Amino acid sequence: MVPFNILVAVCLVYVGLLFLVAFLVERRANARALPWLRSPLVYTLSLSIFCTAWTFYGAVGYAVRSGWEFMTIYLGPTLVFVGWWWVLRKLVRIGKTQRVTSIADLISSRYGKSNMLGVIVTVISVVAATPYIALQLQSVTLSFAVFASTAADGGPMPDKAATALWVAVGLALFTVLFGTRNLDSNERHLGVVTAIAVEAVVKLVALVAVGIFVVWGLAGGPADMMARIEASPLSSWDLQPGRWVGLIFLSAAAVLCLPRMFQVMVVENVDERHLATASWAFPLYLFLMCLFVLPIAVAGMDLLPPGTNPDLFVLTLPLAQGQDGLAMLAFLGGFSSATSMVIVASIALATMVSNHIVMPLWLSLRPARAVSGDVRRIVLLSRRLSIAGIVALGYAYFRLSGGSGALAAIGLISFVGAAQILPAMLGGIFWRGATRVGAVCGLLTGAGIWAYSLYLPSFGPDAVISARLMTEGPWGIGWLRPQALFGVEGMDPLIHAMFWSLVLNATAFFTGSILTFPGPVERVQGAAFVNVFDGEVSAGGWVRGAATAEDLLILSQRILGGDEALAFFEAEARMQGKAGPLPDPTPGFLGALERRLSGSVGAATAHAMIAQTVGGAAVSVEDLMAVANETAQIMEYSARLEAQSEELTRTARQLQQANEKLTRLSVQKDSFLSQVSHELRTPMTSIRAFSEILMEGDMSPEMARRHATIIHDEAIRLTRLLDDLLNLSVLENAGVQLTLGLVSLQDMIDRALVTAAQTRPERRFTIHRDPGCEALYVTTDADRLTQVFINLISNARKYCAAPEPELRIAVRQRGGRVMVDVIDNGRGIPEDSQALIFEKFARLTDETRAGGAGLGLAICREVMTALGGSIAYLPGQGGTAFRVTFPLRLQAAA
Amino acid sequence: MGKHVLVIEDEPNIVEAIRFILMRDGWDVSTLSDGGLAEETIKSRRPDVVILDVMLPGRSGLEILAALRADAATESLPVLMLTAKGQGRDRAEAERIGASRFMSKPFSNTEILASVRALAGV
Repeated sequence: MVPFNILVAVCLVYVGLLFLVAFLVERRANARALPWLRSPLVYTLSLSIFCTAWTFYGAVGYAVRSGWEFMTIYLGPTLVFVGWWWVLRKLVRIGKTQRVTSIADLISSRYGKSNMLGVIVTVISVVAATPYIALQLQSVTLSFAVFASTAADGGPMPDKAATALWVAVGLALFTVLFGTRNLDSNERHLGVVTAIAVEAVVKLVALVAVGIFVVWGLAGGPADMMARIEASPLSSWDLQPGRWVGLIFLSAAAVLCLPRMFQVMVVENVDERHLATASWAFPLYLFLMCLFVLPIAVAGMDLLPPGTNPDLFVLTLPLAQGQDGLAMLAFLGGFSSATSMVIVASIALATMVSNHIVMPLWLSLRPARAVSGDVRRIVLLSRRLSIAGIVALGYAYFRLSGGSGALAAIGLISFVGAAQILPAMLGGIFWRGATRVGAVCGLLTGAGIWAYSLYLPSFGPDAVISARLMTEGPWGIGWLRPQALFGVEGMDPLIHAMFWSLVLNATAFFTGSILTFPGPVERVQGAAFVNVFDGEVSAGGWVRGAATAEDLLILSQRILGGDEALAFFEAEARMQGKAGPLPDPTPGFLGALERRLSGSVGAATAHAMIAQTVGGAAVSVEDLMAVANETAQIMEYSARLEAQSEELTRTARQLQQANEKLTRLSVQKDSFLSQVSHELRTPMTSIRAFSEILMEGDMSPEMARRHATIIHDEAIRLTRLLDDLLNLSVLENAGVQLTLGLVSLQDMIDRALVTAAQTRPERRFTIHRDPGCEALYVTTDADRLTQVFINLISNARKYCAAPEPELRIAVRQRGGRVMVDVIDNGRGIPEDSQALIFEKFARLTDETRAGGAGLGLAICREVMTALGGSIAYLPGQGGTAFRVTFPLRLQAAA
Repeated sequence: MGKHVLVIEDEPNIVEAIRFILMRDGWDVSTLSDGGLAEETIKSRRPDVVILDVMLPGRSGLEILAALRADAATESLPVLMLTAKGQGRDRAEAERIGASRFMSKPFSNTEILASVRALAGV
């Protein structure tokens, strides 16, 4: 057991530690020195404020009372994060683009920046959250009492009310210090979020530690634990499908609609991508949190005396076993759960109260000098008072309710209240037809039914609603009884209230939306929300008003602070291309300014402030049309500029390509000339050398004849080379004159074989032909095509090294095209050379002095192109194989 | 037996012409039609002069020259380079690597004979 004084000291040290974490982080964050703070891990851990003291302590109590049903509270959020993360992503994206500061701001901003909606959502949220905050105070107080009651030397033990008061005051102080240290335009509290993440770790470690102690310390391991669970009364619990589904839905709705969840999930989100990590890591966290709930519940029922409050098993179980250290850890875990919830909830609610109730009231009370004085100070003050007020409300509820009621029941009542925002929220971000009237109707209907059928009765009979009304209905009308609306009796009160409030809420929302038309601002905002992923949609809609830039600067400086406002104005002026700090009050600028201000004071207030300064209080359809026209003109102009710029880019690219091609051609030409020079000089060398020898005379006639023969051969080689070059040049320059005629393919091949036989006449080739296939008449230039056949057959004669050389000529006709394959049984051409052979001078085997210059295949390719056909190497034929393809009927060029 | 010349050249007719011119002058001429065995041939029987074509199948004359110059034994061996490309670039490259002399094809018989004599110090 721990003396009360020491317990208080431990709490103070712990809070001091959190304080230090938050303080250090805030200071370092200003220097942007801590990248890990922006990691998805911190984000995920901060989401764990879903697990409050209700989850930490209450889940065990819930399990004792209702068996497996406690799981529903974890299953709802898990389903949302795993299956509905795209909804979360849309919320986060909207939150960022619209600089949303709270869930009330989201609803207000979506429905035409209506402050009335902001007020309604704020009131619902505050009313729903108050019992929840009370619940946290209660759990801390109870855990204090349990822990310190048995201490003899701990000094005087204050009563529960005093403990709760001190806890409340401490939490309010902590929250005020860190939630409102500065008025960030993005409304983020990095220090607080990090402290919350630390607390998330503490509560997880504490609960898991107690669980491990129970499973391995008290029971004999998991198997024994399973047996004990089987033997306990919990195993006979039976599932109520209606309640089960209803509660899963409820906790799923709560995760989206609770103001504190919205705060950490959307407002405090630093990077949209963190959601991806949270979508699996947060369910994992929840899983770990509920893993040991049943073992603790069963062990508590077995080992603790009957009548012990099951809501405190987590704490009393280690305490009863004399594990003071573990008990202290469990206590800190519960303390963390409670404090983190209260801190974030009061920050979120205070932002809403301040932006939607206090600031508009203040603005309307001082209409003449609306923006005089230091608004910044007033905003901060109103935030701080709101925080204190919200915690005070929670304390008051705690005192009034007398700490009665099971923890879980209070939590669920809160959930149903928060869930009333769901139709307006989902409708707002997915349905452009949703209107302000619909949202107001839905919210009021749902909240009314919730209060009447669930919230007010929860105070107990005769507290707010008389017992007679409960049993007989108002004015004796039976079908209006709070827990049996429309005569539906025998339903679980919670499910009953949830069902009717949400069904009627959604019905009113849809009916109201369908029957009314959205106003202009609403229409623009609706588009901006629903189509948030389609890029920037202009949100505000400001016309060039009477306001001067100085007025707006003065206004902004009071809200944003002097330097920040000036920097913003200068940046805007630069974007407009103006020198100096004052931009023109264009609609675009006013919109940007409004978004900026809304980060500090909320969308509706920012809209109202600028409206007052500019002088045009509302934005009419005509104004919007004017803005739209202007926008259209600008867009048209910019589209024209864009087209011109594209044209220029295209021209530049074409020039660059042409230049590259010319460079390439120039290199090719140099290399070609160099090769031509080589091919001409080589025979020239022999001719000159032997002619000089002959000129000297003085040799035998045989020797002279031999030398003369070499000169003769080399002269023929030169002639042939020149012929080839001229031929190629004519073909390449497309100056070729085709002489078309109807000729027999067989005749052409015959001629080619005869002519090619002059090449290395000593070689005997076996020729395979198929006369049937060759019996074709082709319209083409017979001489040119025959030349191609001659080149191919000569090449085979020159290069085919097989001892018994064979040549196969295969002809096929496919539609209007004829294919002739020339295949020998030589070694073929290596794969890496196949791409080169049609290039000029691409002679592969220099050692075989075949007398060609390496132009033959290049000429063939040019000829085939001129004849409307092609030539290609055929791999995998067992030898060198070429396929010549050409049209059966070549049309003369026009 | 007169002084020894090694001709590395792939055109058979040019080889025949050079051999005829030099042998008539009393030289001992051996030939190679590609550069693959150049170093081995030179080591097994050291010539007094090497006539080396730039464009050879497989391995270029410039590569062979560089290999010869990198070896202490053949560092100072007189090498007469022949090229048919007729471009200044080849000549500059050959001189940089260390050709003793450089001649463009076609050449005159007296010219090549005089060059070989000069290189052999006759």
